[in-house]
Amino acid sequence: MTTDRTLFDYLLRLADSDLILAQRLGEWIGHGPVLEEDIAFANVGLDLLGQARMWFAYASEVETRMNGRGRTEDELALLRDGGDFRNLLLVEQPNGNYADTIARQFYFDVWHELLLTRLERSADARIAEIAAKALKEVTYHVERSTDWIIRLGDGTDVSHARMQAAIDVLWPYTGEMFTADATDRALTGDGVACDSESLLAPWRERVGAVLCEATLTLPSAEWMQRGGKQGVHTEHLGHVLAEMQWLQRAYPGAQW
Amino acid sequence: MVSMESIAPIVADTSRLDAAWHALERVADPEIPVVSIVELGIVRDVALRDGKIVVTVTPTYSGCPATEVIAADIERALAAAGEGDCRIETVLSPPWTTDWIATAAKNRLAEYGIAPPGRRRAEASRTVDIRGLQRRRSDAKVTCPRCGSSMTREQSRYGSTPCKAQYRCDDCLEPFDYFKPH
Repeated sequence: MTTDRTLFDYLLRLADSDLILAQRLGEWIGHGPVLEEDIAFANVGLDLLGQARMWFAYASEVETRMNGRGRTEDELALLRDGGDFRNLLLVEQPNGNYADTIARQFYFDVWHELLLTRLERSADARIAEIAAKALKEVTYHVERSTDWIIRLGDGTDVSHARMQAAIDVLWPYTGEMFTADATDRALTGDGVACDSESLLAPWRERVGAVLCEATLTLPSAEWMQRGGKQGVHTEHLGHVLAEMQWLQRAYPGAQW
Repeated sequence: MVSMESIAPIVADTSRLDAAWHALERVADPEIPVVSIVELGIVRDVALRDGKIVVTVTPTYSGCPATEVIAADIERALAAAGEGDCRIETVLSPPWTTDWIATAAKNRLAEYGIAPPGRRRAEASRTVDIRGLQRRRSDAKVTCPRCGSSMTREQSRYGSTPCKAQYRCDDCLEPFDYFKPH
C-alpha cells in the first residue's frame, strides 16, 4: 500500500538517477570529441536535470505532507549525503571514454523509455503527467544512444573493441533496474509505480536487437550489482557529490 | 434590474484581464525575440483569483534554461501594467507541444531565419524501431529560411538551444536553426 514514506522514496529514486546522470553528462562539456556531441550531451543532461527537478518538486510536496516541512529541490539535491541518495549504480559509473559513456546512456535510456511509458498510466496523476512530459524528450534520447551504439559497434576495429569492452564492463550494473523491493511492491500494488521486473524482458529484447545490429555480443554474465536504490553506493558517488555539492555546502544558502 | 454598481466590478475585472493579456502578448521569448510567449503557447491562462492576476504557464522542454527568465519577464511586464502583485502557476499537463505555436508566429520565425517546426510525428511512430535506426530519422522536408530550398540536412539534433536543431542548406550552403517539432 502506498504511503507518503514509500512514495517519497520512490520519487527520490527517479530524481536521483536523473540528477546524477545529468551531472555525469555535464562533465563532458568542453571535452566532447566533436562540437555537436559536446552540445548534445549538454542538452541530454539538461533534459534529465529538468526531469529531476519535476520529481524533486513533487517529493518536496510529499515530504511537507509527511513532516510539515518539505526540503526544497536545492536542499534535496545539494545537501544530502551519499548514503541518502537513491540513484541506480549504473548512472554513477565514470564517463571513461566515449564508448563507456554511450554504453551507460544506452542501457539507461532503453529502461527509462520503457519505465516512463508505463508511468504515463500511473494511478498517481502527478507521476503520470511528469512521465508524459519526460517521455517526449527521452524518446529522442534512446534514439540517439541507439544510433551511437550502432555507429561505434559497427564501426572501426578500435571503436568496435572499445564499445564491446564498455558493454561488458557496465553489464553487471544493469540488473538493478529490474529489481523490486518493498517500496516498489507497495507502490506497484496500487498502480502508482510499475512492476520493475516486468521491464526486463522488453529491455533485453531491445538491447539484444541493437547490439546484434551493431555486431556486438550481448553479455551473458548473470550476477548483478545492486544497492543504489537503497543508498548503498560505489566509491564513485562520493566524488560526483563532492563536485556537485561543495559550493552549496561551503556557502550555505548561496543563490545565483 | 441590473444596477450600474453590480456591472462596474465585472467590467473592471475584464479590463484587468485584457490589460494583463495585452502585456503578456508583448513579452518576447528571450531567445527568439520575434515571437511572444503567448504565441508560443507557454501562457495557458490568465485569471483573477482573490483579486490577484494569476498566470498559468506550461514549461516547454524540461530543462529549458529560459524558464526563469520568462517568469521574471512576466512579472516585470505585469508590474508595468499595474499588476505587481501577480502569481505564476505552472501546469505540466497537457505537455507543451510546438503544435500550439500560432501560424503567424511560425511565419515570423522563418523571416527571422529559423525554420519553423512541422507537425509532430504521430504517437504510433514514437516506438523505437531498430530497423529504422541506421538511417537518421528525419522530419518532413525542412525548408531553408534563407533561400527556400528543400535540399537541407540535419547536422546536429541540438542547435543553439535545446528546442532547435542545427541544419545546413546544400543549395545556398548556409547553416540555420530548425525549431524542432515537440
